[in-house]
Parts: sequence; C-alpha cells; structure tokens
Amino acid sequence: MTITLAPAGEEPRPAPLLPAYRFELTKVLTQRRTRAVLLACLIAPGGFVAVVSAQTSLPADTVFGRWMHTTGWAGSLVVLAFACSSGLPLLTSLVAGDVFAAEDRLGTWRHLLVAVRSPSRIFVAKALASLTVIMLLAAALCASSIVGGIAAVGSHPLIGLDGHTLAAGDAARTVLVAWLCVLAPTLAFAAVGLLGSVVLGRSPTGLVVPAALALAMNLVLMLPVPVAVRLSLPSNAFLAWRGLFTGPPQTGPLLVGIAVSLAWATVATGLAYLLFVRRDFTDSSSDGAGRRALATTMLSLAALVGVTALLVATTTPANGAGIDKRKLQTSLSIAYAHLYRLQTEQLHRPAVTETELDTRAECDKGGESVVDRGPGNDWRCVVSWRLPGASATGSAIFQLYVTAEGRYVADGDGPKEVNGSFWVHTPTGDAPNPLWQFDGYVDLL
Amino acid sequence: MQRTPAARARGITKYYGDIVALDGVDLDVEPGRVHGLVGPNGAGKTTLLGLLLGVATADRGTLEILGRPVARSLTVADGVAGFVDSPGLYPSLTARQNLTALAALRGTRVGRGAAVADALEQTGLSEVADVRVRGFSLGMRQRVGLASALLTRPRLLILDEPSNGLDPAGKRHVHGVLRELADDGVAIVLSSHRMDDLASLSAEVTILATGRVVFSGPMEKLAGESGELDYRVLTSDPARARVIATGTPGLRVHGSAGGRPRPDALLVSGAVHSLDTLVVGLVGAGVAVRELAPVTTPLEAAFLALTGGDSDAESAA
Repeated sequence: MTITLAPAGEEPRPAPLLPAYRFELTKVLTQRRTRAVLLACLIAPGGFVAVVSAQTSLPADTVFGRWMHTTGWAGSLVVLAFACSSGLPLLTSLVAGDVFAAEDRLGTWRHLLVAVRSPSRIFVAKALASLTVIMLLAAALCASSIVGGIAAVGSHPLIGLDGHTLAAGDAARTVLVAWLCVLAPTLAFAAVGLLGSVVLGRSPTGLVVPAALALAMNLVLMLPVPVAVRLSLPSNAFLAWRGLFTGPPQTGPLLVGIAVSLAWATVATGLAYLLFVRRDFTDSSSDGAGRRALATTMLSLAALVGVTALLVATTTPANGAGIDKRKLQTSLSIAYAHLYRLQTEQLHRPAVTETELDTRAECDKGGESVVDRGPGNDWRCVVSWRLPGASATGSAIFQLYVTAEGRYVADGDGPKEVNGSFWVHTPTGDAPNPLWQFDGYVDLL
Repeated sequence: MQRTPAARARGITKYYGDIVALDGVDLDVEPGRVHGLVGPNGAGKTTLLGLLLGVATADRGTLEILGRPVARSLTVADGVAGFVDSPGLYPSLTARQNLTALAALRGTRVGRGAAVADALEQTGLSEVADVRVRGFSLGMRQRVGLASALLTRPRLLILDEPSNGLDPAGKRHVHGVLRELADDGVAIVLSSHRMDDLASLSAEVTILATGRVVFSGPMEKLAGESGELDYRVLTSDPARARVIATGTPGLRVHGSAGGRPRPDALLVSGAVHSLDTLVVGLVGAGVAVRELAPVTTPLEAAFLALTGGDSDAESAA
C-alpha cells in the first residue's frame, strides 16, 4: 500500500457549494421517507382525479369539484385546493422540518464540518437541497393531477369562479400559473421548517412545525378576522390563487399573499441562518435548542405578522372582513349572467349576451336585524334579469353560503324552471344545471 | 535537521460552561509516529481530539497543526483528517456514496472513483462498497470512517476509538493500515480504551485525567510509572508454589488471581529480580512453571496508577 502525502502549506478553504449541495440533495433523496412521498406525489393525485372524475357524485364542496366531469383541468385544481389546505405544508414539514435535526440524530455534525469547513456553506447547501426537493414534490403533484385529469376527462373549457368560460388553452395556462403562485407560500412554510429544524435541534417536534403552523393559520382564516390580518398570513396565498379564475382576475389579494409569503421566507430563512452559524458545534451534548432561540423565533414571526398587517392596512383598501352586500351583489349578478348564457346554450335557446340580460342582484343577510356584512350561511339574494324582446323581468332566489376567504356557494331556491332542479332537459339528453348551484368569489380588497 | 511537529499544543484550556474540559494541556505529536491518547471517561480525550481536528476551538493556549498556528475559529486544516465520537456516516447512503461525496467536498475531481475504490480496498470494504451503511456493523462503520480519512491523504490522522466493534481479524487489518501510514510519515493520534491496542501500536502516549496531562512520552518510559506489575503464575503444584512464593524476598502474594477463573493460578507482584528468584526456587523444588505472565500491560498498570483507577478498584474490592 502506498500513501501519498498532501503537499504542505495549503490554506484551508471551504468545500465548493455545488458538491455540498449535491451531497445534501443525495442525502434527502436517498431517504426512504422522501422516496415514498415522491412516489405518492407522482401516483396519488392522478389516480384520485381519474377515479373521482368517473364517479357520479363529485366533491362539490371543494372549489372546482363540481366541474370534474366537464374538464380535466378541474381535477388539477381540486388537487391544488387539497394540497393548499394541508398537503404542501406537510411536504415542507417532511423535507425542511428535518434537514438539520437529522444531522443531530445521526451525530454527523462534526463529520460535516470537517468535510465542508464552513457552517454558512452547510446552511446554504441544506436550504437549497430542501428547496429543490420540495419543488420537485410540488411539480410531481401538479403534473400527476394534470395527467390524471386530462387522461380521464380530457382538455375541455373550464368554468371560472365568476361563471365565465375559459377555453381549454386559457384554462391550462391559468392552472399552471395557479400552481406557480402557491410555490410562494410553500417557500414560506419551507423556511419555517428550516427554522424549526434549527431551533428545536434533534427533537422530532421540528418535523411538525410547518404543518402545525399551517393548521393554526387555516383555523384563523376560517374566522371572520379583518382583511389586513388575513392578508398578513402566508397561508392566505394558498387561497388567493382562486382569484385568477375570475374575469378580470382578482390579483390584489394574490399579489399581497405572494409578497407576504416571500417576506416570511426571507425572515425565517435569515433567522434560521443566524441561529445556525452561531451554534456551538464543539459541544456534542448541545443541539442548539434553547428557550432563548425559541423565544426569539416566536417573537420575530409575531412581529412580522404585526408589521405586514399594518402595511396591508395602510397601503391597501382593506376594510373589515372584506365581504359586504355591494360586493356580493356585483359578484353574484356577474356569475349568474355568465351561467345563464351557459344554460341558454345547453338548452339551444336563442343566444343572449350578459349585457342584454342586465342582471342585478339584491342581497340581504339574516333579515333586517343583521348587518349586511361578513361571511355566513344566512345570505339570501334575489337575482333579476331581462330577456331581449320580453317585457317581463325574470327573477330567481339563491341562498348563499359565504366563507371568510370570500368564496361562496349559491344554492338555487327557485323557480324550479331556472335553478330548482339539478338536471336540465336538453335536446341531446339531461345535463347538470349550471344555475342549480354554483361557486363565486368575492374580492376581499 | 529538526522536523516540524504534526501537532504542538501548549497550555490548551477548554471550558464547557463552568466545566473545565482541558486544563493547560501540552502535547507534541511527531510525524510518522502513532501517539496514543488514554484517560478515564470525561478526562478530555474527545475534546482534545476535536481541537486537533479543527471542530473545536480552545479558550486559552496555542495550537500548531502541521506547522501552522490554529486560529480561534472552526477551521479544519488541510492535511488533517479523522473522526471523533463516531465516523459520522449517512445510513441511507452506501459506503461508496459516503466516500464519493466526501471526495467531492474536498474538491477531488480527477480520479475520484479510483481514489474511493482504493480507500475501500485498503480498509477491506470493497465487497460491501455498494451496500447501504444502515446495515453495517459497528466495526464496518469504523472501517468506513477510516477509509474516509484515508481518502483525503492526511498528514495528521485523528482517530477516536477506531477499534471499536472490530473483530480480531478486522483489528489486525486496521492496525496494519495504521502502521503503514505511520511508516509513510503520517502522524496518527489515536484514542482508545483498549490498552493492548495502544500498547501494540503507539510509540508515544499521553495520559489524561480530569482535563490534565498526567503522563506524556515514550511507551518505554511508562515502565517507571507503572510500578510493580501483577503476574499470574501457573504451576504443576499450586500449593507448594504458594509456599515458595510467600518465602521469596521482595515478592507479594495476593489472595486470588485477579478474579480470573483459574483456582490453580497464583497472583504475585514484585520486581523482575524477585520473579527470577521465584522461578529458580520453583524449579529447584521440582515444581514445573507452566506460565508466568503479567495480568495487566505496563500501559494499563501505568494508567491505573496515574489516574487513580487502581485505588478505585481496591476500594471497591
């Protein structure tokens, strides 16, 4: 055996970033857990969309669920809605929430420091590797859901959240943009995962931090909290992509949500970096966890919520819960006009335009004793419209279930000929009545 | 010409909070020598190894590694490799993947695969190179740790308990690798609780107790520190042998053979010339001497004497 000695006198220098990144990526991707999750992300959404699209009963409670028979793009949006409620935060938990803690459990920090020679480079490599894997998992979810939907139902026009029809190509583009938009809050939760993994050391509780935070924020978002507070939470961007499916798109809440998410990602990552590089790796009994670090983290994130809420309140027209009678009436009348046109086409009646219909809505919340403002299931609206050449004005009643994030379900309450029946009789057979029940979306700003 | 020491420490002190892990430690490690590091649990061995490896910084004192002063920051010097506590392997990766990643981090581009294969071969791991480390025994992990250290072509090799979990054949193999490295000029600092390992490998030894150096120097010098050794004597007539031993000047006869499962064995202690007298006496009385061997190695005896381990044992007994 011959041992070659290294030349003397070389200055120690950190390992290059690319090999460090590749090493971190390899470590994450070779974990059984990551592989199982990647496989699930590749198979489960497509399978789910294909199977559900073949059922007679659709998940109408989920936004776009009622259109899964109509177009494959609706299936991808249903998966996106599920992913936003829990899936994406859970993925960030599984990847980013453990990326630092795993080294503590394996006892490999010293080995890594000897190999990389730079804590800051280790941090960057780990953060980039986590980000890559999370993006890979999100891309797998997106691709699988689209493939499943297109294979099972086909690429057909999609009905938007204001009843207007998006051509298949427009639907495809908008669906992809929606998936891209939710990457911003995903980044924010990934950063929180990194932070949790650094702050909580080898404790497995770091694994659940992003998922637990997302759950807590979802609970807050279910409440009629002021819009400024709602928009200051990164979870809001997990809901605000729905605004892309109205005409014109409701981009205000979405842009605020993306900006807030990126701010969270920056602050949480920066905080995680500072705590990490200050850690004493020489003491093998210490894993960096401590009350002080935990308190700093909690206070910083709470301050971030406060600052962003203040910014949103002062720089946007945010007011109250963001839902009032005027907004609902406008949204409902527009959606009704679009869907009435759709029903007219189904029934092969003479074509009519939204302008000709001159649709109006009159809404009331819970009778005279209740203020006509905010979410609730006690909204009752009367929609009226005119038909060209007819002297009488048509009218229909809808019960509205309005959620705090601005989505509502309009449930037809008569007359039977317009919105009282699930089916309409068309010359080619029975078809779902688009006016029987439909989704709408109110711009909270 | 005087050679530059591979490691030179003067007055190294290291605190963990209020605990003094190292207290004014001096150390000299010469190139081409295996330097043993021993001490009871908590003596500061791992802390000292961490300082040499560059994963810890001293609070006081000076440290030179391969002729360069070490700054008070976490910087692993070029030409230094090894491990403390454990080899630090990733169980989801194969042995080859672990080593390849390390080679890439050290900037090895040309011949990376060959270097990894060579390191695996040197440590006898070629056949399990593509098996995930998750399934490896402790001894195999230790070998991968050694292979990863060899990969960086070190001039100073730091190893913490490298023989842990190794079977006799594996231990012999690893010892052979270490001897060859030392012959090629590599300085090796080795900590172990296995005194026989250290005795067979090390030319020099440093004994630590409660963060302080209680001995540092050549192994031969330890004989003077170890005092009288205990010897086990096996004879054809234990009863007569005991009588003769009791009457031998300068020899002490103990009650039992150190708790060993040999009721016919005699445990004695004394200087070498007293042992000679005993042997002559036994043979003259027609008692055959079947075995005369030290119960403990000189290193172990010195370790016990210098760290107070023997007094603990005696008081416990």
